Amino acid sequence: MSKSYGNLGVLFDVSLSIPIGQAVGIVGPNGAGKTTFLSVINGTEPTSAGSVFFNGTDVTKQGAEERSRSGIGRTFQIPRPFSNLSVFENALAGAAFGGGLRGREAQTAALDALEKSEMMQFANLRAGGLSLLARKRLELARALSTQPKLLLLDEIAGGLTEAECISLIATIKNLKDSGITIVWIEHVVQALVAVVDRLVCLASGTIIQDGIPDEVLKSREVLSVYMGTGI
Amino acid sequence: MSSNIQILRSPKKAAYGSAGALLLFVALAIAPKILDQSITNEWVKLFYLVTLASMWNLLAGYAGMISVGQQAFIGLGAYGVFVFNDHGFSAYESGIIASIVVGVVAVPISFLAFRLRGGYFAIGTWVIAETLRLIIIRFPSLGSGKGRNIQNYTRDPILRNTYTYWMALGVAIFALSACFILLRSRFGLALQSIRDNEVAANSLGIKVDFTKRVVYVIGAMGCAAAGSVICIQSIGVASPNAIFGVSYSAFMIFMVLIGGIGTIEGPVMGALLYFFVDKYFSQSGLWYLVILGVIAIIATLFFPKGIWGEINARWNLSLFPVSYQVKIENNQNDSIHLSKKEK
Ligand SMILES: Nc1ncnc2c1ncn2[C@@H]1O[C@H](COP(=O)(O)OP(=O)(O)O)[C@@H](O)[C@H]1O
Ligand SMILES: [Mg+2]
Repeated sequence: MSKSYGNLGVLFDVSLSIPIGQAVGIVGPNGAGKTTFLSVINGTEPTSAGSVFFNGTDVTKQGAEERSRSGIGRTFQIPRPFSNLSVFENALAGAAFGGGLRGREAQTAALDALEKSEMMQFANLRAGGLSLLARKRLELARALSTQPKLLLLDEIAGGLTEAECISLIATIKNLKDSGITIVWIEHVVQALVAVVDRLVCLASGTIIQDGIPDEVLKSREVLSVYMGTGI
Repeated sequence: MSSNIQILRSPKKAAYGSAGALLLFVALAIAPKILDQSITNEWVKLFYLVTLASMWNLLAGYAGMISVGQQAFIGLGAYGVFVFNDHGFSAYESGIIASIVVGVVAVPISFLAFRLRGGYFAIGTWVIAETLRLIIIRFPSLGSGKGRNIQNYTRDPILRNTYTYWMALGVAIFALSACFILLRSRFGLALQSIRDNEVAANSLGIKVDFTKRVVYVIGAMGCAAAGSVICIQSIGVASPNAIFGVSYSAFMIFMVLIGGIGTIEGPVMGALLYFFVDKYFSQSGLWYLVILGVIAIIATLFFPKGIWGEINARWNLSLFPVSYQVKIENNQNDSIHLSKKEK
């Protein structure tokens, strides 16, 4: 697909096919179009050209709410909490709508998502009062509460301590083992390579490398993009 | 899931709140039979103020739609009474039919209004209200801009006043219960999510436009019902400029912000406050506006969350709770409960 905002082209003929159950990491410099790529997959932004298929269905014309109901979950790089609702209610919204669950089932799914993302101790707090770190976790909890088949993660490891990062890696590994397909954008490459089967490097709106993580990281193209910035 | 986690929705509080409200409702319903009618006639205004404030709060406080054009529906509700009354329905029936019809009319209007966001939405709703006023006054049968009277109504003033009182009370109770029931349902969760972040709500499976449209229509019907009460109480509309006037929006905003936006109780408090200020000071000319202004300043300085917001924050008091509480029991001694690790 391609995506542009007015005259500004952001994604140019990006084509990616992800088998069910795979975990794909996405790296690339700031402004490469990584977040936009997720937005186009989950329907937050419409594509400018091309199409998006999910589970064999063309979802290009579907809105984000419909894609969420059919199993695409997404976190936002800049958290978007429901500030005046409690953490539990935030997750409950995901379970009740994206997850299509009702009553007790929805509540159980919300609690389950809070537990998996280690947010249970904040359950009754107003989401607007959370620290940035907790807000990022809440993003994960909400996405999980929708019972996703495909989980799109946008920089959720930034700013974590070593111990927190290890526990996050374990959480995402568990999700992968439970059969969820994962696309994970992350600058913390050590966290990525601990989980993903495949690494894609996006630069200036095009895929410049796609393959086994170690090889991608060593490739000339990726090194030149990151030259001077370190990775 | 471990079994030592409970989800509470304050069922007791909700039951007490509802029971208390029911008692109050019964007391208010029999009041015109007991009290002097000069007293209860005044309360009609209180009831339609409560209705208007609750509807504005539903829109702004729970769905994030700041409208300054709800007078469009007040006016349509009032004029709708003439239309159906002329066709042989009683004034009261006409009010109810008009409210439903206004709900239908609000659907296409919402498509127009929803093209705009934020401040543009607010101004847009005002423009829509003005446009509707200009359309209405083109009809000679509706008084061509000079206002008109209801033709067919009960001449017995006691009967008329009692019926009007009951209708106003019924509309207010209906509006309040609709808010409470809606907000406790999953629909309420969707609404509040949309209010806080539309993009996130959308990506969590919530149909943003549809949900907002439903609320917009409910808000329109509530305001139309209030408008028909206003019309019936004065047996007609004196001036289309007043019934379609933006000052209704100003009073709704005043009541909701002072009372406490985003709570069920707040708009009722705001309506009560405004009702008394209006009762005792509306004849004092300029002072009336000064007093309203002073109240608004005091409230913004000392109670930024409104009266009920302050009560709620200080004593955690809520008569009509719509939120959820997660209760995690830490009972190491209690062997019956599974702990999280044993799961
Ligand atoms: N809503 C938008 N409108 C206009 N330009 C945008 C918008 N969102 C992102 N962009 C632009 O698209 C480019 C890619 O942004 P983004 O996808 O956030 O990159 P990344 O996540 O890789 O850092 C940037 O140049 C950014 O300024
Ligand atoms: Mg980004």
